[in-house]
Amino acid sequence: MERDPIVLAERAREGHQASGARLIRMLEEGDAGALDGLRALLPHAGRAHLLGITGPPGAGKSTLVDRVVGELRRRDQRVGVIAVDPSSPFSGGAILGDRVRMQTHATDPEVFIRSMATRGQLGGLARSSFEATTVLDAMGYDVVLIETVGVGQDEVDVVELAHTTAVVSIPGMGDDIQAIKAGILEIGDLFVVNKADLPGADRVAKQLTAMLHLREAPRDGWEPPIVKTEAERARGIPELVDVFESHRDHLESSGSLHRKAVRRRERVFHDLLRERAAARVLAAEPDAGRGVLSALASGELDPYAAVEALLGPDELSASRGVA
Amino acid sequence: MSDRKIRVLLAKLGLDSHTVGVTVIAQSLRDAGMEVVYTGLRQTPDMVVQAAIQEDVDVIGISSLSGAQMQHIPKVLDRLREQEVDDKLVVVGGVIPDEDAESLKAAGVHAVFTMGARTGDIATYIREWWDTQRAQEA
Repeated sequence: MERDPIVLAERAREGHQASGARLIRMLEEGDAGALDGLRALLPHAGRAHLLGITGPPGAGKSTLVDRVVGELRRRDQRVGVIAVDPSSPFSGGAILGDRVRMQTHATDPEVFIRSMATRGQLGGLARSSFEATTVLDAMGYDVVLIETVGVGQDEVDVVELAHTTAVVSIPGMGDDIQAIKAGILEIGDLFVVNKADLPGADRVAKQLTAMLHLREAPRDGWEPPIVKTEAERARGIPELVDVFESHRDHLESSGSLHRKAVRRRERVFHDLLRERAAARVLAAEPDAGRGVLSALASGELDPYAAVEALLGPDELSASRGVA
Repeated sequence: MSDRKIRVLLAKLGLDSHTVGVTVIAQSLRDAGMEVVYTGLRQTPDMVVQAAIQEDVDVIGISSLSGAQMQHIPKVLDRLREQEVDDKLVVVGGVIPDEDAESLKAAGVHAVFTMGARTGDIATYIREWWDTQRAQEA
């Protein structure tokens, strides 16, 4: 199959799924030319509504995504899905099982589902989720859903990727909404109480309301709604999609959409700069790099001394400009 | 920064509901460092092919324990040809009589693993095929 990234980008734009999929694959693999393909697509991206779905393992995220896709299709939207599952820290392999719950759309040509493994990324997304999202956006999908790995309290990268982030919780996960406290609570533009037929659902919704009241007043005037769903029975889904759409409208009218786009560009810039600058330092003096790594392994150098050995004492002690 | 991983789609077609084998294989391939996209039960040939395209897998693995392999698997191969997908390894595992295995291979399946196969054999076969492919690329 074709591997010229520019040709792949062109064909992807014409709606050729295999070309889009191959480009995503090359981006994920760090292929040397793949970024040229991505850059060719950039002018055509920026139209899609990027929806993040996050929450603890077992909250029903994949089933919810499946039902949301169904409702969006009824509203005549073309839909892309990025579903992230964890890589094994031991083998580097992964079992990506989110498609099992998304079978309804398995032969719908207007739905594109791509599973991604985290490949060592810690924030709840895969390393190339930003790039993959851009490809689907440029391919003309009206909505791109990003389902994170099952998260705990601090895997909040999705908020930098998505325009609208839904935090999914369920009843029965312990007092004080253990599963969604701290960082996760702060990032929700809306909260979904899924499996709302289970006992305790009203209590979870009440606790969420109480905790949201303790939260600082939203800067752009959006009060995060709480939506109850039973994804398994497709209940509450049209209401949920209504909330997604009204948040999108709110982002546009408040100017937040632009702010989010800027933040996203900065994030991609910093990530890429960090990665490439580090690679450049190591490649400039490969012997020194190898020497430092083996000294690090033997314990002769600690990590701080190792960086100092490569960059010099001034760089190490320089204050950190941008995170 | 190259980070190439073998991606494998695992599927079960039709009404075959025996999942133990395919789960064991999924784990074994993950432990061999591969990314396994598991699509679950009751797949149709169209579903398998669309998933293989969207996920851009290298390998399509079909588990068959219900005896219906000759109804479903040749259709997967037909759909792949229709969609001009010709760069994927297709392997089949399960309870497959010898004569069916031969027909499947004649129809385009690369390898058939039957009851005597050890789980590691499949990972090894895939890895060797992958290494050969990469060697040809270079």
